[in-house]
Amino acid sequence: MVTGVLPLALEDATKTIQAFLLTGKEYVCLMTMHGVVDETRLRSVLEEFVGDIFQKPPVRAAVKREVRKRTIYSIDDVEIDGRQVLFRVACQAGTYIRKLVYDVGEVLEVGAHMRELRRTRSGSFTEKDIHSLYDVLKLSQASPDEREEMVRQIVRPMEAAFDYVPRIYIRDSAVSSICHGADLAVPGIVKLTEGIRPKTAIALFTLKGELVALSRALMGTEQMMRDERGLAAKTVRVIMPTDTYPKLWKPRHNRSVVSQFN
Amino acid sequence: MSQQAPWNKSQKLLIKLDEETDPALGCPPEKRTIDQHVRFGLINLDKPSGPSSHEVVAWVKRLMRLHHAGHGGTLEVLFGAGVIQWSPAFFR
Repeated sequence: MVTGVLPLALEDATKTIQAFLLTGKEYVCLMTMHGVVDETRLRSVLEEFVGDIFQKPPVRAAVKREVRKRTIYSIDDVEIDGRQVLFRVACQAGTYIRKLVYDVGEVLEVGAHMRELRRTRSGSFTEKDIHSLYDVLKLSQASPDEREEMVRQIVRPMEAAFDYVPRIYIRDSAVSSICHGADLAVPGIVKLTEGIRPKTAIALFTLKGELVALSRALMGTEQMMRDERGLAAKTVRVIMPTDTYPKLWKPRHNRSVVSQFN
Repeated sequence: MSQQAPWNKSQKLLIKLDEETDPALGCPPEKRTIDQHVRFGLINLDKPSGPSSHEVVAWVKRLMRLHHAGHGGTLEVLFGAGVIQWSPAFFR
């Protein structure tokens, strides 16, 4: 059975889901081999799967069935009991563990299937601060004065999901225009993370740490640091309500007389 | 030549501008009102075995009386929708 970390987004935070679909995952997997395999061989085969692998999504999958490259960051804590093998695997988003286990079985030449799977991490969400459905049920049955404290315990700000997402912190004066759908220009940048490249999926934050929008970088970190003008990131999804920060740009009809003739 | 998982990499911040934020505008995430906290909130839920990710979302949505909710990444059900579940009764 498949259990474990399932990040749930509430209300307006639902818009951020596309961002945490892309985060790395970690699982504990129970694999059953269909034959007896030498332990040293099994360990070396599992080791071979660490790094870049090629995977075709299973028949019953949510995506197009094309061979895709995925990265396995690590496979460790391997425990073996006869044909049962328990291990921890850290991987890129969109890796099918059931398929990984099947492929391991093929390489071992005896076949194998995934018996149980537990997700222990999705991005910055781990098993340590997980809540059960019963916690949510208790919350729904609590009296209104108890409820606030319980909500604060169970619900976390959506910003918590972005710990490992490349980001840009923007000026107060740039927030409103981004909220209205404008792209981010270089003068609006205050701070940014290293390693952003053109096309990287990034998040825009205010200096108070509020999530403004999900964007796609149009330049790399170095160019953003060096340049004085130009568009730095294309706004993909606005999360913050438009009226949170004041409008500080001039309305179009005041800008120039020429525009009237266009 | 294995690559590091994102959570094992350090993410360094570079500063381009020396700029401060006006405390009168917006609100830091940890200081939101309870309504705002839910509106811009996430739950790290332990998905039980049995129901699908979608069913779990629907339950939470109903329990918390939400307008919208969604999950990040389906945790598939072992015997997926449409596949007959093996039950002991089946063999009796």
